[in-house]
Amino acid sequence: MRMPRLTAFLTATSVIASVLAASAGEVHVLNWKGYGADEPWAVEAFEKATGNKVINDFFNSEQEMLTKIRTNPGLYDVVMINAAFNDQAMAEKLIQPIDVSKLSNYANISPDKASSPMLDHDGKVYGVPWVWGLTALAINEKSFDKPPTSIAEMWNAAHKGRVVIRDDAVEAVQFGAIATGQNINDIKDMEAVKAKLTSLMPQIKTFWSSENDWNQMVASNQIDIGTYWSGSADRAKTHFKLPVSLVIPQEGAVAWLDAFSIPAGSKNVEGAEAFINYMIDPKFYVEWVTKVGAPVSANTKAVEALPEDAFNRKVMGDPEVAKRIQFQAPITDKQREAYLALWQQLKVDVK
Amino acid sequence: MAAQGTSRSGLSSALPLLAPAYLWLTAAIFLPLSAMVFFSFMTDLPLSGKPWAFTLGNYAAFFSQSLYLTLLLASLRLGLEVTLWCVIIGYPAAYVLAKVLKGRSREAIFLLVILPFWSNGLVRIFSWAMVLREGGILDTALNAVLPFKINIDLMYSYPAVIIGLVHSYVPYMVLTCYLTLQAIDDSLIEAGRSLGASRLQVLKRVIIPLSMPGLVAGAALIFVPVVGSFMEPRILGGRTGTFYGTIIEDQFVAVFNWPLGAALSFILLAVVLVILAVASPVLKRAA
Repeated sequence: MRMPRLTAFLTATSVIASVLAASAGEVHVLNWKGYGADEPWAVEAFEKATGNKVINDFFNSEQEMLTKIRTNPGLYDVVMINAAFNDQAMAEKLIQPIDVSKLSNYANISPDKASSPMLDHDGKVYGVPWVWGLTALAINEKSFDKPPTSIAEMWNAAHKGRVVIRDDAVEAVQFGAIATGQNINDIKDMEAVKAKLTSLMPQIKTFWSSENDWNQMVASNQIDIGTYWSGSADRAKTHFKLPVSLVIPQEGAVAWLDAFSIPAGSKNVEGAEAFINYMIDPKFYVEWVTKVGAPVSANTKAVEALPEDAFNRKVMGDPEVAKRIQFQAPITDKQREAYLALWQQLKVDVK
Repeated sequence: MAAQGTSRSGLSSALPLLAPAYLWLTAAIFLPLSAMVFFSFMTDLPLSGKPWAFTLGNYAAFFSQSLYLTLLLASLRLGLEVTLWCVIIGYPAAYVLAKVLKGRSREAIFLLVILPFWSNGLVRIFSWAMVLREGGILDTALNAVLPFKINIDLMYSYPAVIIGLVHSYVPYMVLTCYLTLQAIDDSLIEAGRSLGASRLQVLKRVIIPLSMPGLVAGAALIFVPVVGSFMEPRILGGRTGTFYGTIIEDQFVAVFNWPLGAALSFILLAVVLVILAVASPVLKRAA
């Protein structure tokens, strides 16, 4: 008796909330906090140019993002979805096809990103590629005479107790797959991954969870090497002036692609299209990189607008790098649970 | 009859005074907690918009993998160790405050004990990070004083977790013990001494038994939150910082599996209640 009433109540509140919240001229954006779309200068410039008002909302995990669009139909106009989750959102009919002819900047999106099978279904575009980056290695420059080239450096006994890895099951397992020479999206030998990660554990100083953790440990010279995100390593070097440099190991690195989608039932599709177009605009991108530091834009014109020696152009744009990296494909809930169980077991065994 | 009448009218006059507190407890604690009990029996959150059903699977998950039990035992051990250190450090301090110091100096020392309460817990933990790490304040200070070179890097280790937690919780022990120690009549101690008891005998036969309620209350106040702690182990513990509390936090924050997180929390609650229930007759007799 109580359950249907609870569900009805929850639905009713979310419907009321969405009716109250969404009116024309407002663009409701759902994204990670501090990830470009909520930069005050960007919001101001967009509002001035289009007359739409931007209202930002945030999520802390991809599961939370999906929950928010499921339970608030019609509330959001733009949602930032990692390409690996686009499939799931489309299958649940949470997002709608985007008319890319309305986006003047779409033509400049690099063709390999624009035609990604993770974003295009049946010839319809469900996600506009925004930025991409790598989960690779970063080193403390003080600890190395010359940067290492192999992922095996993480296992080098010289760095015992001075290695870090992110506290994230999927990232850790995919890193283990690269270290054992496997395809991150089709891990055949899970035992090898487990054995490889088990032998890494004694090397580890701690598990980092935020950019700030990483930067603090380098600033106080407590670590030599660890997994890190390309955009963060760039930010650490250029903005925080830390002795950090990114290493893209010869064995490869994990790449991810973030894209913008329009939720089904959006009340301001026009505003959403304008916002997405602004987000992939070279002008916005250059300002974002210069003021804050950002991943690599999927818009080739935007990357070309950067100075020639910019990290996001010189290193990330290197064709040699492109050959080594593996883009994350969707993973099922079952796989995710298995990865989490493996990762938790590794963390318990090391105690 | 007369007595009943008084008690009833006593209750009705007390009701307006009790109502705010009980309404608040109902709204802020009982309702969310009931919702969590409800969630712990579900396959998925109703909020997630996916179909869901009732299940015991979340509780079964605890028993299906050894890692949850391993972590629960590790957390219980952590709780015992922290409580023990709090007794060792807190009880003598409470005794000195209650029986030795008087007037101004007592106020000053009391203030120093309370002071950590006025700062945010996260700030305290991050301060410890600065002290304990290699090349940190402790390492630098000791090497400046000592004639030989030592290398102190306690950060990201089990001792660091103990240090951080003891620092956070020792004031509870000092306060509860101070209250019961202060209530002990000095003439009882004098009587014991004049009847020929040594200082140690007075401590064992008079002071500790009479202050036992404070010790027990302090121990319970410390043990329960420490068993479920997650922030201190995560920040100070490094690769040894995985405990039962951090696994629960992961379920809520990282993987959005509230049902499993809720079930793990209630298993912890049940275990702690059983421990307190088993311990209470023993402790009561001691008191």
